[in-house]
Amino acid sequence: MTSVSIRDLTLKFGSLEILKSLNIDIDEGEFLVLLGPSGCGKSTLLNCIAGLLDISDGQIFIGGNNVTWSQPSERGIGMVFQSYALYPQMSVEGNLAFGLKNARMPKDEIAKRIARAAEVLQIEPLLKRKPAQLSGGQRQRVAIGRALVRDVDVFLFDEPLSNLDAKLRAELRVEIKRLHHRLKNTMIYVTHDQIEALTLADRIAIMRNGIIQQLDTPNEIYNRPVNLYVAGFMGSPGMNFVEGELSHHSEAALNFGSTKVPLGRYPFASDDRPGKAIFGIRPEHVSCGAAASDEPFSVDVEIEVVEPMGADTLVWAVLDGREFRFRVDGQSELRAGQTTRIGFDPAKASIFDAQTELRL
Amino acid sequence: MTEVTTLDTRLAASPGMVDGPRGAKPKRAISPRNVFIYGTLLLFSVYYLLPLYVMIVTSLKGMPEIRLGNIFAPPVEITFEPWVKAWATACTGLNCEGLSRGFWNSVQITVPSVVLSIAIASVNGYALANWRFKGADVFFTILIFGAFIPYQVMLYPIVILLRELGIYGTLWGLILVHTIFGMPILTLLFRNYFTTVPQELFKAARVDGAGFWGIYFKIMLPMSLPIFVVAIIIQITGIWNDFLFGVVYTKPDVYPMTVQLNNIVNSVQGVKEYNVNMAATIITGLVPLFIYFVSGKLFVRGIAAGAVKG
Repeated sequence: MTSVSIRDLTLKFGSLEILKSLNIDIDEGEFLVLLGPSGCGKSTLLNCIAGLLDISDGQIFIGGNNVTWSQPSERGIGMVFQSYALYPQMSVEGNLAFGLKNARMPKDEIAKRIARAAEVLQIEPLLKRKPAQLSGGQRQRVAIGRALVRDVDVFLFDEPLSNLDAKLRAELRVEIKRLHHRLKNTMIYVTHDQIEALTLADRIAIMRNGIIQQLDTPNEIYNRPVNLYVAGFMGSPGMNFVEGELSHHSEAALNFGSTKVPLGRYPFASDDRPGKAIFGIRPEHVSCGAAASDEPFSVDVEIEVVEPMGADTLVWAVLDGREFRFRVDGQSELRAGQTTRIGFDPAKASIFDAQTELRL
Repeated sequence: MTEVTTLDTRLAASPGMVDGPRGAKPKRAISPRNVFIYGTLLLFSVYYLLPLYVMIVTSLKGMPEIRLGNIFAPPVEITFEPWVKAWATACTGLNCEGLSRGFWNSVQITVPSVVLSIAIASVNGYALANWRFKGADVFFTILIFGAFIPYQVMLYPIVILLRELGIYGTLWGLILVHTIFGMPILTLLFRNYFTTVPQELFKAARVDGAGFWGIYFKIMLPMSLPIFVVAIIIQITGIWNDFLFGVVYTKPDVYPMTVQLNNIVNSVQGVKEYNVNMAATIITGLVPLFIYFVSGKLFVRGIAAGAVKG
């Protein structure tokens, strides 16, 4: 069943179009991540869903109701903000109770709900404290609790982990995932962090300039990006891109410089192939040394810089005059200045039209 | 190499690196910098405190002693007579009740003016900062423009307005004038403060189902004590010290304290009683002075908070 449905949503500030006719359907219990660089409209979209921004055109349905003109509190949503947005003068308990009191809920019901939320989030010992006396992680837990007590169908997260340090972020990320497994609510989560997106999402919507570029499962987005933008945005270190000529004589191949990459194994989406194309391969899909010779394509490269990162090592090399990165394991003995053989399977690559930047 | 047992990361001592300064750099007590800072502070303290000293000393002297002409000399014989006279029996025009009546008039003018103007301006500022209604910018521009129009231009039109309203010459007329004239600067003050309150807090309260007044009273008000203190100080001192509006819009029996003080000090008949004049001036200035001392810390904090974003 569809939980949240967005139809032709458009938002304009004056003549400036922030969101351009968006359509998204989110299933009940689904975890959708809106991912994109700052200024792409992802937070704006979330604010529109929450009812904090009036939209210019289109419709929003939540739980089967048309909530396009409803107040935020009537939409059946709970929202968690980046800066926690806890009411500083109220205790944790007061923060949790505020929305329920506004809804004129009986006292014993409020107490019951706070107790349940506190138990789920393990913040029982903090109930009497003021937000200023809490750590960042605790604050964000209370902020989640504030959405939890309202017993809503849809949770909206607006970059909830961005204010936390790396270690806490990883911990709370897992906690949010656990929470989702336990509550099975629909969740819409805005982030610019692709790790968060990949780890949490059932589906990811990648946005750019108010348009959704690709809406798909993390696996699909990572391995089969629909256009050059998505391919470049996902993955860190990013995909290697090489521009070349597609030839389609006896067997399809990509030529650049003196190198020819055979594309017989590449699953082309259509038979319509232009001359110029951009070839992309992820650094971790490149193998090196003895394993390289077993790959369908292999070539010698000169190593420029080696960046050890503990678990693995990133190698910056030069392939036919072009920068080329690949990843080897952390114990690698490769050093700058050496020449080594690398190889990859073109089936794992992505090829884009140089003009339209769409996947071929 | 790091020793596992001691976690000592130093290399073996290398020659030539041992001697020389170590630790915090010593500071000199008397440096040109310190002399300049404290010298300036001292100079300005004296500059501002000397008149106060003369006033207090003079107000505690009898008239014969004042006639000796040593204004800096401390009183030989301390007397509180001038203070009593200034408060209770000094004559302005026909009545001889001293400043006491003016004091109560001023209280009756200041308290409602302060409460009314701050109540209205804080809601104005909150609405302008958080509820972007249509025409908000135009409204704000007009309000700010109001702050730059000289009062003198509006003196007479307001006399006519008050007369038509039937409150010319009354306390309520003056209260209305003070409330309106406080509006531009106070609204600006509150708007700037409320824009520094994170927008997400406001959004969270809306998601929690709080309305315009709910957010104002339960979220914004409890957070804005410092700016209220600033507003209260600005208004109390401003309205208490006001002379122009007081003398134009009221009649002798409801004159505020400042107007009465002027009438005492500037009376042309009889002997100039400097000691009484000094005492009367100090008494009139006590209220703002008291406000500053009590709320100094909060005042600074509030000003700083309001000044972060414009």
